[in-house]
Amino acid sequence: MSTGSENAFANRHERLAGFPIAVGSWAIDFWDMLITWITALGDIVVFGGRTMSWLVSRLPQRETILPNFYQIGVLSLPVVALTGTFIGMVLAVQSYSQFRVVNLETRLGAIINMSLVRELGPVLAATMLAGRVGSAMAAELGTMRVTEQIDALSSMGANPIQYLVVPRFLGCLVLIPTLTIMADFMGVVGGWFYSVYRLGIDNHHYWENSQKFVGAFDLFGGVFKSLFFGAAIALISCHRGFHCDPGAEGVGRAAYSAFVNSFVVILMLDLTLGIALDSLYLYLWPQGASFI
Amino acid sequence: MMNARTFVGCSASTGTRSLARTKFVGCSASTDGSNAHVCSEISVSSPSAKSADARAPLVQVRGLYVQFGRQKVLRNIRLDVPKGQTLALIGESGCGKTVLLKSIIGLVHPTAGQVLFDGVDLSHMSDKELTRQRIRFGFLFQQAALFDSMNVAQNVSFPLRQHTHKTPEEIHEIVLSRLAEVGLPESVLTKKPAELSGGMRKRVGLARALALDPEIMLYDEPTTGLDPIMSDVINELIVRTRKRYLVTSIVVTHDMNTARKVGDRAVMLYPLVRLSADEPQIIFDSVPTELADCSDRRVSQFVNGEAGERLMEMREAAETSGLWSARSRL
Ligand SMILES: Nc1ncnc2c1ncn2[C@@H]1O[C@H](COP(=O)(O)OP(=O)(O)OP(=O)(O)O)[C@@H](O)[C@H]1O
Ligand SMILES: [Mg+2]
Repeated sequence: MSTGSENAFANRHERLAGFPIAVGSWAIDFWDMLITWITALGDIVVFGGRTMSWLVSRLPQRETILPNFYQIGVLSLPVVALTGTFIGMVLAVQSYSQFRVVNLETRLGAIINMSLVRELGPVLAATMLAGRVGSAMAAELGTMRVTEQIDALSSMGANPIQYLVVPRFLGCLVLIPTLTIMADFMGVVGGWFYSVYRLGIDNHHYWENSQKFVGAFDLFGGVFKSLFFGAAIALISCHRGFHCDPGAEGVGRAAYSAFVNSFVVILMLDLTLGIALDSLYLYLWPQGASFI
Repeated sequence: MMNARTFVGCSASTGTRSLARTKFVGCSASTDGSNAHVCSEISVSSPSAKSADARAPLVQVRGLYVQFGRQKVLRNIRLDVPKGQTLALIGESGCGKTVLLKSIIGLVHPTAGQVLFDGVDLSHMSDKELTRQRIRFGFLFQQAALFDSMNVAQNVSFPLRQHTHKTPEEIHEIVLSRLAEVGLPESVLTKKPAELSGGMRKRVGLARALALDPEIMLYDEPTTGLDPIMSDVINELIVRTRKRYLVTSIVVTHDMNTARKVGDRAVMLYPLVRLSADEPQIIFDSVPTELADCSDRRVSQFVNGEAGERLMEMREAAETSGLWSARSRL
C-alpha cells in the first residue's frame, strides 16, 4: 500500500530528527517548570498576604469556622495519636540495639523523647494534617473552582479568600499545636511502654535521663515550628484548590500536589527553623547539653 | 401566590434605585459603513432633572480584548448599556458571550481595554471595594453554580445572610417568595442541589441571583434546559423584574423568543475565528424586531436557525480531520 509505506517513511524520518528535538523539548519543559514554580511561589506569597489582610480586618463568621475546626482539630486527633504511638515504639526498637552496645540503654528515654518532641512530633502531626486535611481542602476548593462556585461567591459580594481560606487557615494555625502535643504525648507514652515493658529498661532511670536532657525549650521549639507548618499547609492547599485545572483530573492533581508541595515545604521549613532554634539554644545556654 | 416582595435594603443600592424612574425605550437602527447596525439610545419619556444622571450608561465596555493563552476570544468590544435597558446578547456557541458577561462583573480580567461600571473600573478596585460593588449585581451562571454543600434554602438565602441583618423569619419569607416566583414549590427548600433536575437548579440560581434586588442582572442563558412553559414564566419574570424598578439587564440567550420578549436591544457577537482582522466582532446591534429582517446573512441565518453553508464547512472540516486521523493511525 502506497500510503502505508509513505507513512512508515515519514515516521522513521521523524524518529531520526527526534533526538535533538526531544532534547530541545526537555529543555523547554524544564524551563517551563521552573517558571511555573517561581510564579507559583510568588502567587502563594501574594495569596498569603491577602489572607492575612482579611484575617486582621474581619474575622470570619462562626458558621464557617466551626466545621473547619471540627475537621482539623477533632477528626484528625485519633490518627495523629495512633501514628504517634507507633513512632515512639519504633524509635525504642531502633535505638535500643545501638545503645545497648555501649551500655547506655537507660539513656533511651532521653533520645526517644528528645527526637519526638523536637522533630518527629511536629513533623508527624504536620504530615498527617497535610495528608488528611490539606488534600481534602484542595479537592474541595478545586471542585468549587471547577463548578464556578468560587465565582458565584465573588459575584454575590462574598470574598472567596475571606469566606473560604481564612477559616481554614485559622483552623490549621490554631489547632496544629494541639495535634503536635498529642503526637508528642502519645509518642512518649509509646516509647516508654516499649522500653520499660518490652525491653526491660529500668523505669526510674528512663525518666531521670529523659528529664535531664529534654526541657521546656524543646517542647516549645517543636510547637513553635508546627505553627509554621500549619500555616504553610493551609496556604498551599487552598492555593492549589483555587488554581485547580478544569475537570476531574484537575481536581485530583490539585489534591495530590497540595500534599506533595506541603510535605516538601514542611521539611524545608523544618530544616531552616531547626537551625535557627539550635542557634538560639546555643546562644541561651552556651555550655549546651550532650547525651553521652 | 406571587405576593409583593419585600425590598431588601442594602444601603449601597437603594439610593440609586429610587433616583431614576426614567424609561428607556429601545434603540433605533441605523447602518454605518460596515454592515453592522449601530444602536443609538433615545430616552423618550420624562425629561426630568434626574434623566441626565439616568442616561449615563451603567456599563461601559471600552475596547475590550480577552485572550486565554493563545486563544483570542474577544476583540475590541465596545458596548454601552444605559440604566434600565434590557439587552439580549446572542451569538453562536463558543463566541464569548459568557466571557463578556464575566468581564462585566470582573470575574474575567481583560487582556486590554476596560469595563466601567457606574463610571469606575472594577479591575482596579481593592478587594473590599469590589465586594461592595458586587452587591449591586445579580449573576445567573450558565450552570447555576449552586453551593453543593448547602441546601436550596441556604443557597437562596446566602446573599441575604451575608449582606443584611434580617431575622431568620424575614429571610425565610423572602426565600419562599423568590422560589415561588421561579415556580418552585416549598418542598425543594431542604433538598441539596445534587437532588434537583437541571432546570430546577437553574431556577434556584435565578432565585438566588434576585435575592438582593440587584441593580443590574446578568443572566447567562436563563431559559436553556427549561420546558417551553417554564421558559415563558422566566421570560415574564425577567420582564417583571425590569418593570418593578429600573433594573438593568443583560440576557445571554439562544432563544429567539426570549430575545424578542425581554430585550429592548439585541446584540449579536460573532466568533473571532471566522472574522477577518478588520471586521467588528459585534455584527448586530439594534432592536430585537430588526433581527428577523436583517440584511446580514450571518444574522438572519442564526435567527432562523439555518445551518446553510456551515453544514458544508463542517463536513469538509470533519473530512479533512478524519483523513488526518486515518493517516496517523497507519
Ligand atoms: N477560563 C477559560 N480558560 C480558557 N478558555 C476559556 C475560558 N473560558 C472560556 N474560554 C474559551 O473562550 C471561548 C468562549 O467561551 P464562552 O464560554 O464565552 O462561550 P459562549 O459564547 O458562552 O458559548 P455558549 O453559548 O456555548 O455558552 C471558548 O472557546 C472557550 O474555549
Ligand atoms: Mg456561555
